[in-house]
Amino acid sequence: MRLIINGEDLEVSKAETLQELLGEFCIKPERVAVEVNLSIIKKSDYGSCRLKDGDRIEIVNFVGGGQWKIS
Amino acid sequence: MEDKLIIKGIEFKSRLWVGTGKYKDFEETKKAIEASGADVVTVAVRRVNIIDRKSENLFDYINPRKYKILPNTAGCYNVEDALRYSRLAREAGISDMIKLEVIGDEKTLFPDVIGLLKATEILAKEGFLVFPYTNDDPIMAKRLIDAGAVAVMPLAAPIGSGLGIRNPYNIKIILETVKAPVIVDAGVGTASDVAVAMELGCDAVLLNTAIAGAKDPIAMASAMKHAVIAGRLAYKAGRIPKKLYAAASSPIEGML
Repeated sequence: MRLIINGEDLEVSKAETLQELLGEFCIKPERVAVEVNLSIIKKSDYGSCRLKDGDRIEIVNFVGGGQWKIS
Repeated sequence: MEDKLIIKGIEFKSRLWVGTGKYKDFEETKKAIEASGADVVTVAVRRVNIIDRKSENLFDYINPRKYKILPNTAGCYNVEDALRYSRLAREAGISDMIKLEVIGDEKTLFPDVIGLLKATEILAKEGFLVFPYTNDDPIMAKRLIDAGAVAVMPLAAPIGSGLGIRNPYNIKIILETVKAPVIVDAGVGTASDVAVAMELGCDAVLLNTAIAGAKDPIAMASAMKHAVIAGRLAYKAGRIPKKLYAAASSPIEGML
């Protein structure tokens, strides 16, 4: 299955759900937020969120930032 | 009597709030924030590095249980993006607070106040605690509070400029106009700028570049901590009025 994760076109072999995808990339769900095709997925729904070919996924977290534009 | 800053039931230990960007590394970020005594730190929402999973995370150094995390929408130039980043920030599960920035122009980083007002209204209705970064405009400050913001964050000067408070009279009018906390955000350069903001009666100051960009960020963080305390004490103490002519402080009586 091909997914676009954080702008990267990637081939994912095993993961069928969002929870499995995060596991495959060793991402702890506690500190991130996830969008699938522009809809935010609640943490409690990660296990039931089934992914399909071509889904656009955004996984974000917090980084250092103050008051300016970050490139 | 204790002089604590409380916003919507949240008690803040420090009136100095700091950003976490522009530091040399996470170690310096941590040390500077500790030296500043701040208990609120701002953070930005960005993509996780999915390729290099070994890269360190800010929260490995800044414990989110020890600090209040204030996510921002830095880099957002329209309402839609600001809403999207705010909702993602809340879903990350650390805070309902949002430092709302809708930037109007890349060169000045001045806020687009029309977009800011719209976004404030929507997010306040969704239950966010909205802290909008705005102009030093008393009318807009009032509009933002009326739209549901829990505080206003007028700029002292352009972000990162270090120019200090360009219009103390407007800040003073904002303080009289809004019945909500006023937190000066952006543009302060050094400790005296922070002291001026606090002496005017502002409830807190948020800064980043003035510490992170100093030659010795940790020493500057400590200077800022003391400036906030000094400025607040001076405000509470009530300064003497300014006069054109001298007023002798030694008695005339008993002179030869």
